[in-house]
Amino acid sequence: MSRLLMCPPDFYGIEYEINPWMRVSNQSNGDRARTQWQALTQVLEKEIGVKLEFMEPVPGLPDLVFTANAGVLHDGKAVPSRFRHPERQREEGHFIDWFAKKGYEVISLDAEWDFEGAGDLLGFPEFWFGGYRQRSDIQAYERLSTVFQKEILPVELVDQRFYHLDTCLCPLSGGELLYFPHAFDVYAQTVIAAHVEQTKLFAVPSSEAERFACNAVCVDRQVILPTGCPETMEWLAQHGYTPRSVDLDEFLKAGGSAKCLTLALD
Amino acid sequence: MNTQTISLQGHIIDSLILAKVLDTIVMLGGTFTLSEVAIGTRREDLSHATIQIEAPTTELLQEILTAIQPHGAVVEAEQDCAVVPAPADGILPEDFYATSHLATQIRWQGNWIDVLQPEMDLAIMVKTSPLSATMVPMGSVKKGDLILTGRKGIRVFPLERPKERDVFGFMEAKVSSERPHRHIIADVAKRMKTIQQHRKEGNGSGKVLFAGGPAIVHAGGREALAWIIEEGYIHVLFCGNALAAHDMEASLYGTSLGYNLGIGRSVPHGHEHHLRTINRVRALGNIQQAVESGVIKEGIMAACIRQGVPMVLAGTIRDDGPLPEVITDSIQAQEAMRAALPGVELALLVASTLHAVATGNLLPASVPTVCVDINPAVPTKLSDRGSFQAVGLVMDSSSFLRELARELGWKG
Repeated sequence: MSRLLMCPPDFYGIEYEINPWMRVSNQSNGDRARTQWQALTQVLEKEIGVKLEFMEPVPGLPDLVFTANAGVLHDGKAVPSRFRHPERQREEGHFIDWFAKKGYEVISLDAEWDFEGAGDLLGFPEFWFGGYRQRSDIQAYERLSTVFQKEILPVELVDQRFYHLDTCLCPLSGGELLYFPHAFDVYAQTVIAAHVEQTKLFAVPSSEAERFACNAVCVDRQVILPTGCPETMEWLAQHGYTPRSVDLDEFLKAGGSAKCLTLALD
Repeated sequence: MNTQTISLQGHIIDSLILAKVLDTIVMLGGTFTLSEVAIGTRREDLSHATIQIEAPTTELLQEILTAIQPHGAVVEAEQDCAVVPAPADGILPEDFYATSHLATQIRWQGNWIDVLQPEMDLAIMVKTSPLSATMVPMGSVKKGDLILTGRKGIRVFPLERPKERDVFGFMEAKVSSERPHRHIIADVAKRMKTIQQHRKEGNGSGKVLFAGGPAIVHAGGREALAWIIEEGYIHVLFCGNALAAHDMEASLYGTSLGYNLGIGRSVPHGHEHHLRTINRVRALGNIQQAVESGVIKEGIMAACIRQGVPMVLAGTIRDDGPLPEVITDSIQAQEAMRAALPGVELALLVASTLHAVATGNLLPASVPTVCVDINPAVPTKLSDRGSFQAVGLVMDSSSFLRELARELGWKG
């Protein structure tokens, strides 16, 4: 059974601006955020059968809700994030404590380089993609590759709106890949196209990329994605997936959606 | 030139990160040499590349470094070179650095210094007071000489494209009997004129080196070559016993290896002519005395003596005589040839396998070199032995020399 880590949005809000989506003036509605977050947990637990674990929310850490940025977990090892922005660096200790408490071997990265966890590192069983330039440094992937014994292909993110790799690229369980090409430089676009068969590659239209269609959670053949992404849903359905949309607009105000709100624990 | 070595590590091949870094260097106006690329054998293995970047200005170099660092380029800390004393005369320390014929610098106590007179397959010897670094052959090393070891603190500069837009600008050792010769010969002549003009005007001491074989005389190129030398276009001559012997045979008997050069037939007892010539010169003392005494009146040797062109005659196993100037110890001959090289700005290697390969391999890559032979194997061999800068010209030596002389103004 798939296990995901989530954190209730008790203290979620737009308290600073560290990406183009965030506007302190465009505040989130606390009740609506909680309702949307709960709807996501419902779909995950009740409809898909995912085992959820929860972190204790912390006052003053509004983005702790985005657990995808806690770090990367694989084979019993946890590499915690080193956030680029001081606003989020305060989250690091809480994530490290949680990993340690759950028995993961916590491996720290060199303090010199930034790395924002599963938000920037995701892929297939055979190899991973590592987003760099916006939030993570390419140098981190050299060490991560050694720690996890994985090929990590660094891909450069060039659009500030898609500041984490999981906002513009989503590997699916059957080897398919959703992505938004314009978020990548030409080298990365070439690399992605060379590593995924053409028939398995879906270039998400820009209107749906802006809705964070790629910030989807894939569990077996089930894909949860934000509302307002009909073309992506249709493509998923045609390729044997069951797409489910959840309204997560309150979190889009901070530049996050379904995937950002979860961290795979397997 | 401003240079900096950087390294790049990770999954840099499949991710096109290496390609991106190299493209960025070139797009910004720099050049690079991939000095080392180690590709991981398994998918999860990391690959590593060491790249030497060159840029015309320090500002541009800095701009390039700033642009490539976000892609993982790490500026390598510069280290001094390492030296170890030679353990005995003629023996290099283990792990000695073997040279290329490209411009080379070594880093000594924080400063980069040029290694003088680049030549392939030698070692580098460092002298500390005054500080100098020279390339030395294995056999000349003396016990205790400081010899460079390992690969730290050494940088080798790729060949720069010459400013002149001529045949040497392509720097390709492509050998073909099919390509037109005329413009290549015209380019050679142009270079020779320029060197001569600079010498005459006193603002240059560049030399044209000519290395040739006896086929020049047999095939009828003697007259043209003698004219080129008399006109002051050649400043160093390398050859063997045979070229000198047959040239002087022609002067004394009008034959080359017994064939009358005028009528093109062998003459009675003509095969003895070169032996009688050598004997005559030996009796007179040497070539110089043979020319100055008026016995040898014209030809290649006479022209060299009259023009004061230094000659190095290197012997081979079954030389007749040999002529007194011929150096029969091959290491001594090598030394004499090497000593004549400083200042050479153009090398013509014509109709001789042994002298062409030996001379070519003694030359720095920066010297424009033309290898002319009727047999394409000769220029090919020269480039296979590492003298990649040589332009190969597959043609008869006589035709080459006559055409070259005409380009230089010969009316013959």
